Order: sequence, then C-alpha cells, then structure tokens
Amino acid sequence: MSTAIEKILSYSIGKNISAGDFVEVNIDFAYFHDGSGPLIIDVLKEMEVSNIFDKSKVAVIFDHSAPPYNDQSATLQSKVRKFVIEQKIEKFHDIGEGICHQVVPEKGYIAPGMIIAGADSHTCTLGAFGAIAIGMGATDMAYILATGKTWLKVPETIGVECNGKLKEGVTSKDLILEIVKIIGTDGANYKVLEFFGDTIKNMSISSRMTMTNMAIEMGAKTAFIEPDEKTIEFLGRNGKKFKSDSFTEVISIDSSSIDPKVACPNNVSNVKSVSEVEGIEVDQVFIGSCTNGRYEDIYEAARILKGKKARVKLIVVPASKSILIRMIKDGIIDILLEAGAVIGVPGCGPCLGVHMGVLGENEVCISTSNRNFIGRMGAKTSKVYLASPLTAAASAIEGKITDPRKYIK
Amino acid sequence: MIVKGRVWKFGDDINTDVIIPAKYLRSIDKSIWPKHVMEGIDPTFSSKVKPGDIIVAGKNFGCGSSREQAVLAIKWAGIAAVVAESFARIFFRNGINNGLLLIECKGIYNSVDEGDIIEIDLDKGIIKTKKGDLSFKPLPPILQEILNSGGLVEYYKKKVKKH
Repeated sequence: MSTAIEKILSYSIGKNISAGDFVEVNIDFAYFHDGSGPLIIDVLKEMEVSNIFDKSKVAVIFDHSAPPYNDQSATLQSKVRKFVIEQKIEKFHDIGEGICHQVVPEKGYIAPGMIIAGADSHTCTLGAFGAIAIGMGATDMAYILATGKTWLKVPETIGVECNGKLKEGVTSKDLILEIVKIIGTDGANYKVLEFFGDTIKNMSISSRMTMTNMAIEMGAKTAFIEPDEKTIEFLGRNGKKFKSDSFTEVISIDSSSIDPKVACPNNVSNVKSVSEVEGIEVDQVFIGSCTNGRYEDIYEAARILKGKKARVKLIVVPASKSILIRMIKDGIIDILLEAGAVIGVPGCGPCLGVHMGVLGENEVCISTSNRNFIGRMGAKTSKVYLASPLTAAASAIEGKITDPRKYIK
Repeated sequence: MIVKGRVWKFGDDINTDVIIPAKYLRSIDKSIWPKHVMEGIDPTFSSKVKPGDIIVAGKNFGCGSSREQAVLAIKWAGIAAVVAESFARIFFRNGINNGLLLIECKGIYNSVDEGDIIEIDLDKGIIKTKKGDLSFKPLPPILQEILNSGGLVEYYKKKVKKH
C-alpha cells in the first residue's frame, strides 16, 4: 500500500521507499524564470559550475517582468538571456510567451511520472499532470542545474476526495478556496495534497491546474492528480501513470454544496461565501495568473462581460501567448475590449505587485490570482480579495463584489 | 555552540512578501534587501535590528513565494537565528541552504516577549527562556551537514565537486 508519490520516487530511485525517508533523486525536468534566474546564476558562479547537467532537461521562461518595468529588471533579464545563450538552452521562452507553469505543459516538456523542479512556489501546479512537481528556491535550483539531483524527504499524502457536480456559476477556484478554508494555511505543510473523486475526473485540465496551483497556499510540498486521457491529450505525449492506493488521511468534500467563494484580506484561508461580502466596493479587477489565466477562465469571464461595461479598472492577462491567440481568433478579445478591459502581455501580470496594475494606497482589488497578503499587489494599505473569474467579471460590472450567478442565464 | 540574542517577535503565517516586498527584488544592488527586511509588517524594523538578534515567530514562518531574497534579507540584516513554532518548507530549505540557523521549537511563541534575551544551546537542543527551558529536535543529518558546511554552495564544493 503506497501513494502515487512514493511509487514515482521508488520507480525513479530503483528501490522501495516510503514517507519519512530522505532520498536523493534525479530531476527529470527543471525550470526557472526571470525572477529567480539572476540569483540562480550567481549561485552557480559561486559553485564554480560552468556547464549545466543537461540542457535538454531545462527550460527558462520570462514571466515575472514581461516586459521589464525598469532599467534594473531589464538588466537582470539580459543577464539571464546571456546565460541561456552560453548554456545553449533551447527551451527558452522570452517575454510575452506566458507564465512558466502554463508554458511548460503547453509545450509538452513534461509527462506523467516525471520528477520536476521549478524555482517558483507555484510549481505544484504541474501536479495536475500526474507528475511530482516541487517548488524550490534559487540555491536548490542551482544545485539541480549543477548535478541533476536534489534531496527530498519523502512526503505523506493527504487525499482530498471531491464528489458531486459543481453548481452553475461555481468553478474549481471556489472549490479550492473552500479546501484552503478547511485545511488552513499550513495544514498540508511538508505533505502532498492529492485531489480525486468524480468532480476532479470530470474537470478540464485548466480547472485541475487551478486546484493544484493553490496547494502551496496550504503549505503543501506539492499536489497530485492521477493522470488520464485528458492529461495525455493536453501534453501531446504519454508517460508513466501511477496511482495511490493509500493516504495518510482523507478529507471528503461534497462539491455540489459549494457556493461562489472569496478569500478576504490578508490571508488565503480567510474564505467566505460571496453572499457574506457582496457589496464591498472595488477599484480594480484582475483576471489572470497561473491560477486562473487560462482560456476557459477568460472565456467564462467574457460570457458574463458580453455587452456590459466594467465600472472599474479591469485588467485581463492571459497565461500564455497561445491563449491570447485563441482569444483573438474566437473574438473573446473584442468582447473584453468592448467591456472596457485592458489586455496585458501574457505573463504574471499584476499578481506580484510590481507592474501592469499595481494597487495604490487603500485601493481594493478582486483578483483571480492566489495570494492576498499585505501589500502583495502594491501599497501596504491596499487590499486583495481572491475569487473565481466569474465572480471577478461580475464584480467588474458592478464595481463591487458581486455574486456571478445573477449574470448567468 | 551557544547562540544568545535579543528577541524580535512576529506572529503566524509571516509570508515572504512581507519579509521582502516584491518591489525590491529586481535590484542589481543586493545590499538593499536587508534594508527593507520585514518592511511589510514593520517599516522601521531594519533600523532597529542589531547583528546577533533573534526572530521568534508563530506557525508557518516564511510561507508564500519561494523568493530566496527573504532568507538573504534576514541573514544580511545580521539575524543570528529564527526560532518558530513551524516553518514553511521552501523557506526552510532556502534558509539551511544559505547557512541561516532555523529552529522549529514548539511553545516558543508563548515563552518569550519582545526584547527578551534567549539562549540557544545547539549541542543540547535546548532554548533557555525566562519561562524555562524548551527543547527542540535536532535537524535531520543531511540538513545538519549542509548547515555545518555553511550552506549548500560550500556543501557542493566540499562533497560533490571533489569527487
């Protein structure tokens, strides 16, 4: 009896291991972005490493400052670009290609059963593809680039079983916010959250990625969803499929009972039903990020915004260039522009509070992203409410937090 | 080894965005990071903190973004150790990788007040507070080895590169 995570690690190492063991593993794929890149390069220099372990297993994506917002961020990007050329890294995606966690699976760089490391906390998103995907800091990534290996403490897995059909107007974002409320900000610390059940089985890959993306907000080492035919279709490649047959504990959720949720400032677990916060005035609406910047998210928001006008700043940032192209081809972009939206360059956008929609003193934003910490999106006195793309779109129309179900026919 | 220092106290869920706000990250001059340490909570902190001081916090210290600048800001401000009820895992790895002493110690939050002097006995695994001694578990061997090397870079040079 073991978990999918234990099985993947056992398979990779070539011997049976279980939760609690300390192991050294080979990394099958590693990636970093323009935010973590400059420090990683400095650490590699300190280590006196001149060549990375395997350029075919490494991707570099510029998403945090896309395009750079000041001379220093541009200079730091140049430094990473130079490194990419020196190391002959072909899997390089410059500004405007999208967010690393979106681009890596879109390009089919990963497959189920892989062990993946990313120098970004939201690397756990890729657990949606039946892989182990772990977020790390710059020094750990530099060590991986030098050796192709890292050490891990084999984690326990908490099963989160979601059964039932989500109600109209309720999305995987509302479901995961409810789960964050139940588990808390550190309830999964050092553990893996595996999502399963018919709700997950019936979800699109986009919706699954929203679930796994937020595992880090509960302290999890990563998240996992058993791969299926949708996974293989999205990645355009097959992999090794592993299945859990035991968990440390199981949390059961009745998905059909969930209402639209909002995570209130300044803690992601401060989750309330939209009805409890309806009417709170907002100055800005952000639809995008590695949590909710996919085509499905923007399409659903556009359905609500069609023929309406946003009363407040509405910033929409697709998670990748391919999503933006699809929005243009399908006319979604026209609906959004006519509704008064500003379309940002594919990337992280204003989520981390440095550009393309930074909040001023006392400004309030309803955002589809994943963090509502003090000052996360700008001034220390600004406030961020986290919600689904539907709730965000409805709130844009009214200029205040709004239950999206009144706009769904 | 004994680490003795003055306590600065912070609460639960201290995230890396408040330890070092994102607007300071994209800087060529790394010396600005310790100047803004903990700015998201207390903008005057960097002017008050002295080398050798100790941060004591509640649960889940260092949650959120993987930005390693959070560890560097704390370390370069001269903080000798962070003692918390628990740490978020990425921050914990980043800390040890940079040779920053991090100690998980249950009960520490309610045992000290800001300004107290506490004494951490690393060999005995004990923290002396005015309310009595608290014990903490030693680091797992691999982490202890990395920390003893002074961080992952030195560990790599010593253990990996030589072979």
